[in-house]
Amino acid sequence: MIDDFLVRALVAGVGVAVVAAPLGCFVVWRRMAYFGATLAHSALLGVALGLVLGFDLTLGVAVSSVAVTLIVVLFQRQRLIGSDTLLGILAHSGLAIGLVTLSFLHGVRVDLMAYLFGDVLAVTMGDIAWIYGGGALVLATLAVIWRPLLALTIHEELARAEGVPALRVQIAFMLTLAVTVAIAMKVVGVLLIISLLIIPAAAVRGVSRTPEQMAILAAAAGGLSVIAGLFASLRWDTPSGPSIVVAATVLFTLGLAVGAVRQARA
Amino acid sequence: MATDPDTPEPLVRADGVDLRIGRTQILSHVDMTVGRGEIVTLVGPNGAGKSSLVRVILGLLKPSGGEVWRQPGLRVGYLPQTLSIDPVLPITVRRLLALAGPGAADKTQAVLAEVGAEELADRPLQELSGGEFQRVMLGRALLRNPDLLVLDEPLRGIDLGGQLALYDLIGRLRRSRGIGVLMVSHDLHIVMAATDRVICLNQHVCCSGAPEAVSRSPEYAALFGPAAARRLAVYAHQHDHAHDLHGHVVENSKAAGGRA
Repeated sequence: MIDDFLVRALVAGVGVAVVAAPLGCFVVWRRMAYFGATLAHSALLGVALGLVLGFDLTLGVAVSSVAVTLIVVLFQRQRLIGSDTLLGILAHSGLAIGLVTLSFLHGVRVDLMAYLFGDVLAVTMGDIAWIYGGGALVLATLAVIWRPLLALTIHEELARAEGVPALRVQIAFMLTLAVTVAIAMKVVGVLLIISLLIIPAAAVRGVSRTPEQMAILAAAAGGLSVIAGLFASLRWDTPSGPSIVVAATVLFTLGLAVGAVRQARA
Repeated sequence: MATDPDTPEPLVRADGVDLRIGRTQILSHVDMTVGRGEIVTLVGPNGAGKSSLVRVILGLLKPSGGEVWRQPGLRVGYLPQTLSIDPVLPITVRRLLALAGPGAADKTQAVLAEVGAEELADRPLQELSGGEFQRVMLGRALLRNPDLLVLDEPLRGIDLGGQLALYDLIGRLRRSRGIGVLMVSHDLHIVMAATDRVICLNQHVCCSGAPEAVSRSPEYAALFGPAAARRLAVYAHQHDHAHDLHGHVVENSKAAGGRA
């Protein structure tokens, strides 16, 4: 009989992977990996805020991610600081402020490793409710903005000339990304969230012909990574979050090989 | 404006448009219109502000002064300069066209036939040649049933045969669908033969009118050099008087009147 904690871990992990992968496709297509990394690193600030102010940590991370998103959007209007520099500042100052804040919390014993690298084997039913509730919201939003966001990704100026409300669609996308980071933290931790977004998407690029196909295949690759990683973690007693990422990387390598073989035959 | 019965119904109009970016004056006091069923071509040297003017007219750039009027509900088909789509995004011609708008998926094959690109439907977009890509993007623009087609340097990277075919196609579409066309080019002579009105731009409007008249104007010669003007005049002459071996002069307005 499979233990309850493993069932919960599988349900939570697969849920996160299936939500993250289609979003991750846009992260890959729009070359926003560094923005995702910034959200993830600064998420620790959200954890610290949640602990200090005493509200739910997922909510804390969601709030800090939304704040970071809005700062990035606001700063896009100025040109004196490059966007990569700004993202670097936000990522590491968020992480640092979070760590410093946590060090002040003498009364609370904080398992820092659980936030940095995730602890999927410890997910509760409450966490699963967050993942599936938030995940449904994310996927519903993505379905609504799919066409305009894809048009903007293919050619921004063309889409704007045809009347796509660029700023609104972009902000909606960045906010769904912020929510995804918040719900994924428990599974792989803030340092590895980005891997669940981009590695499955990158793994299936070589075997995809349309955007929709790539999104569906990426979701499958993400789910498979979670399942393989969790069983490997159990079998060899390795940390669960990193094991999932390693499994995804193995899939990515396989995807590269299959893509190369296809290309050679074509 | 609408007093002259020969003036086509205006689709877009720029009135005294100024554009400054930082301290640089890009456009100064530009007036222009494009009417239904009319092909208007913007010519001018590099850096003359042609693309900027197009982007102001499309509403992508806000003018610093003056006004841009667009017919309410105007549907625009736009072919931007860029000829590539990032290979990180997998997409076939058929899927791109299906995304053009509601109901586009059903008309994909018909529109590909219209632009002579039927056999490209299942090809990945990134594998197309420059000319094929332009045809597909033109097809995509047509799927939106545009009133106005805007083409920014549509001939980049296309060989001469492809250029003539593309102009031929645009001319036919203008007649069959009655759409207005605004084109940008610095490729002078082919453009001139396939257009109703030429606007010569160098920050401001240097001269404008029928291609023949513009090519003879001193402002045009000053802008492009007498050699270019002469070459152009020769070309226009050959085009308009191909059957006139006895020296009878056919007026340009009659000879070029393709949209009566």
